[in-house]
Amino acid sequence: VPEIHETLLPGVGVRHEFTTSGGERLALLTHRTGRRELAVYDRNDPDACRTVLHLDTEDAGALGEVLGLNQVSDAVQAAQRLEGVAIDWITVPPGSATAGSTIGDGQFRTRTGTSIVAIVRGDTTIPAPGPDAAFEAGDVVVAIGTPEGLRSVRSLVGS
Amino acid sequence: VILAAASGEAATAFIEIGAVALVLAVLARLAAHAGFTAIPLYLIAGLFVGAGGVFPLDVSRDFISLVADIGVLLLLLTLGLEYSSSELRHGLRAGALAGAVDAAANFLPGFAAGLVLGLPVAAAVLLGGVTWVSSSGIVSKVLGDLDRLGNRETPTILNLLVIEDLAMAVFLPVAAALVVGRSFGDTALTITVALVAVGTIMALALQLGDRLSAVLHRAGDESLLLAVFGLTLVVGGLAQRLEVSAAIGAFLVGLALSGPVQERAGALIAPLRDLFAAVFFVFFSFQIDPADLFGSLVPAVVLAVVGIATKMGTGWFAAGRAGVGRAGRLRAGATLTARGEFSIVVASLGAGLADGERLGAVAAGFVLLTAVVGPLAARAVDRIGAEPVAA
Repeated sequence: VPEIHETLLPGVGVRHEFTTSGGERLALLTHRTGRRELAVYDRNDPDACRTVLHLDTEDAGALGEVLGLNQVSDAVQAAQRLEGVAIDWITVPPGSATAGSTIGDGQFRTRTGTSIVAIVRGDTTIPAPGPDAAFEAGDVVVAIGTPEGLRSVRSLVGS
Repeated sequence: VILAAASGEAATAFIEIGAVALVLAVLARLAAHAGFTAIPLYLIAGLFVGAGGVFPLDVSRDFISLVADIGVLLLLLTLGLEYSSSELRHGLRAGALAGAVDAAANFLPGFAAGLVLGLPVAAAVLLGGVTWVSSSGIVSKVLGDLDRLGNRETPTILNLLVIEDLAMAVFLPVAAALVVGRSFGDTALTITVALVAVGTIMALALQLGDRLSAVLHRAGDESLLLAVFGLTLVVGGLAQRLEVSAAIGAFLVGLALSGPVQERAGALIAPLRDLFAAVFFVFFSFQIDPADLFGSLVPAVVLAVVGIATKMGTGWFAAGRAGVGRAGRLRAGATLTARGEFSIVVASLGAGLADGERLGAVAAGFVLLTAVVGPLAARAVDRIGAEPVAA
């Protein structure tokens, strides 16, 4: 994992920078207004930015989501290589008691030993949802655990 | 009859003020289109409507003067709102040496020029202040426009601005005491009182800032706007009573506000600041006779050349200390060369001095030149800096 440097920009916000494994220096500028700038430094003049991408709050959210999505699929691939660990996509049927309740309400980890790693809702994905994340009918729940655990989740969500 | 006369006067004032505002609107648009600050254009507009200008106004001078003073308070308030207390502490630590070099290299040319021009010492000190401070408004706009906020030299530039602004909190009261011009003992006493007052208000601002911000944050937009505006005027007025300069009171109010309320207040005050500050810039050159400005052209040009060179040197030095390369050091220097709102605020302190008009004329010429050349220079060094690489 590359080392991330933080620099305070008085009156503007914060800048985080790191060097990619390919040797490019990358900076993320977070304005106090929530606006972001993603900058790639110039190889010839390492003090200047070659490209600057301006992201408003929504753009930054979208980018974060896409990056988060990749993390989920990384986790899925890692899980599939482990013996005894399975992954399952479970749809919340309409009228299910789970719709409207949160992950915390379901106590899935306590009751089944599985982890819910993402909720896919239409075109958007909620990666690594917290205990407060609520299910809606039609959501696809991505869960990791033992095959038996996942069977229990499926029956809990489906009921 | 009295009512009719008064309403006739009001009608004239409305028409005149409205016409000036419309002209300023066009100028602001032109400036935005050309990508530089409108301050030089406002100053030029003020020359036209002032004493000896082409279209002298007969709106009450007292009225415009009061509005202009409120403009200064709001300029300083928004400047204070830019920074959080942790940024101030960090900026002070990171840039103390560069700040000292900046002060010496850029105060002295103006001070020396004042003495050479035969201005009184107090006016020479003010002229030193004029050449010292870069325009945070112009600099941060240039950095944003040229996409340089991510650049490695940028923290150095921003830290220097923080230090200059803090240094002004000390400089303005000292200069104000010198301008009053009493005996040495009295002046020393006034300065001591002023500095103690600044220190006390600043400590209070940092101590109580969070609580004040929390209380204000619960207010709706309308109430928040009025509260911040009122607080600024009250603290500014009290500071003025202590002969600290109202502007610093306003600056400290800005510093005291932190967290979410800091951004909300900044957004609410900004349009008000633009309006009142435009009046301030127009009023500043309104007081200058265009003939004086032409008479001061040579000193202003010489001072601008020297002032641009010393700022280039300061930026070169400060960025070099941060380990920035040649091109970045040039960029830092060129970006800092623009002087603007703060220089005019400093010069306006001397309006009442014996040679106040000459001081004002030199300062206006100096700011006009550096405010226009600065952003152009900041753009141009990119090409100079890039050449060796391309070759």
